[in-house]
Amino acid sequence: MSQSTMPLTPLERLSGWALAGFAALTAIFLIAPILAILPLGFSDGEFLVYPIRHFSMKWMEAFFASEKWAVAVKNSFFIGALSAAIATVLGTMAAVGLARHDFFGKKLITGLVLSPLVVPIVIYAVGLYFFFAPLGLTQTYTGIVLAHAALGSPFVVVTVGASLAGFDHNLMRAAASLGAPPMLAFRRVMLPLVLPGVVTGALFAFAASFDEVVTVLFLAAPDQRTIPREMFSGLRESLSPIIAAASIVMMATAIVLLIAVELLKRRAERMRNEA
Amino acid sequence: MKKPVAVGGERDLAHAPTLVTFQGVSKTYDGKVHVVKSLDLTIAKGEFLTLLGPSGSGKTTCLMMLAGFEVPTSGEIYLGDWALSKKPPHERGIGMVFQNYALFPHMTIAENIAFPLEVRGMNRASVKEKVTRALDMVRLPQVADRKPSQLSGGQQQRIALARALVFEPELVLMDEPLGALDKQLREHMQYEIRSLHMSLGLTMVYVTHDQTEALTMSDRIAVFAGGHIRQCADPRKLYEEPSDGLVATFVGESNRFDGAITGRDGDVVTVTTAAGTRLRAAAIDVGSEGSAAVIVRPENVRVGAAASGLDDTIAGRVADVVYHGDHLQVHIAAEGLDVVAKQSARDVVAPRPGDEIVFGFSTAHARAYDPARTDH
Repeated sequence: MSQSTMPLTPLERLSGWALAGFAALTAIFLIAPILAILPLGFSDGEFLVYPIRHFSMKWMEAFFASEKWAVAVKNSFFIGALSAAIATVLGTMAAVGLARHDFFGKKLITGLVLSPLVVPIVIYAVGLYFFFAPLGLTQTYTGIVLAHAALGSPFVVVTVGASLAGFDHNLMRAAASLGAPPMLAFRRVMLPLVLPGVVTGALFAFAASFDEVVTVLFLAAPDQRTIPREMFSGLRESLSPIIAAASIVMMATAIVLLIAVELLKRRAERMRNEA
Repeated sequence: MKKPVAVGGERDLAHAPTLVTFQGVSKTYDGKVHVVKSLDLTIAKGEFLTLLGPSGSGKTTCLMMLAGFEVPTSGEIYLGDWALSKKPPHERGIGMVFQNYALFPHMTIAENIAFPLEVRGMNRASVKEKVTRALDMVRLPQVADRKPSQLSGGQQQRIALARALVFEPELVLMDEPLGALDKQLREHMQYEIRSLHMSLGLTMVYVTHDQTEALTMSDRIAVFAGGHIRQCADPRKLYEEPSDGLVATFVGESNRFDGAITGRDGDVVTVTTAAGTRLRAAAIDVGSEGSAAVIVRPENVRVGAAASGLDDTIAGRVADVVYHGDHLQVHIAAEGLDVVAKQSARDVVAPRPGDEIVFGFSTAHARAYDPARTDH
């Protein structure tokens, strides 16, 4: 390291401290709002307010004992898993198609495929409502799953696309020359090599569905409740600390997903170094 | 440079049945520039054919069309009786070795070699046996359980070869397979590929831009330039009797003298250079007037006493003498010409820089070509 071999000038030292301070402020700005809600889950008060007088597990217990929340948790995982599965298949296929050499309209198609990432979600939800209503898909789980699959697939396109950027397309040619039909070549050669990207995309798609509330509010029937929807209505009606308990569960899920993504990234790097 | 070995003459390929036919094959990507222009070529069964040419000459495109990774814009390629335009690559049964080896990085060496057998639904016992035999063939039995990244470049290339041969294809294509290896390993692998070709009776199509490699390995060489085959012949004929100036200068080393044709007597033309030097050369690709490029191989330039029997000699001065171990390269400056002569290092008297010297060449060894068809 160059820093250890050369003494720093006072100015360099000062700018080093300034950078560290700025980075710390940025981190606080990003994380503080998320952390602010969590302690309330361990409050023994009746309302979602600071200060906390006594800590207790009563709201956590209430969360896990509640029939209503259990249904919401089940629905969230069910919708998340199913929509992530659909998004993964569609997104992977799109990414593989887009990774091939240039063709007419490639940029346009890429833009369209990624559009759910940038289109305002409310507009998307209203549009879905009018699109799904005549098809009888409003107030159905199918409708919500499809909506979430569409929202999740761009994540898969991006992560699989990133994996494919380092993929040697000669490998597919080699597989073909060795007698493998295209689907078999994909399954035995391309898929194993881009699998970290596929799984990362699937986790992102799941996360996108797991905390999505706008399309659910528009499309779901009154009894079709998910965790974010339950929190949303809870905030309007009761302001009970059980909402904080629910956020703790959601945070825990998100952290598990994040760790999984990180582990996959390392695995992908290892594979790339071996290749 | 190595002396070319006339390997083509040793085996009778003239009567071998045809395996591959290119019939009027053209390829263009944009409808304007043709990468390959109405190409006709036949490849005999058991032949080692090299496609030689500078990059962008169309040789790799030809190989890719044969493998099925590129589709001809017009024309047809036949493999035996099959018209290949209706066969996807995985149904062609052609073995291929890629420049970057293209081994599957997530599979072990044994799994890589087993791949073509497994996709053909071969039972496990036969697969295992064939993989073992293939590894023995390339003399790497100890690497079966390793990953490709754990092997050296030369080892990876041998595994790629084993994988391309294990399913016993009749035809094997190689796309600059030795491009990434160092010189010594290259020469060793050239020998190994050549002996595998002989012992297995394979038909090989080999793409390279290295003319030494082409000369030492091939039964026949097709020299590509600008999407055309300029000459297709066995190495000896290609080296000693190139049919146009590009082939003459691309294959092997050569001296080139540009001038105007000032006389023609039968098959011999007289070419006068800008400095006024008159050279007599065999008329290969020239008429009886206009400009000409006279090409002479360095080993055919006779220097000093060796030049005394010639009709015409030129006086010059030795500019430099470079020792190459087995031979000397004598650089001579004379009348505006820069000439390189190759001499045996065992000559009794080696010329020294600054020496006045005479040199010349026999008319048969000086070949006159159209300069327009000489430039690359």
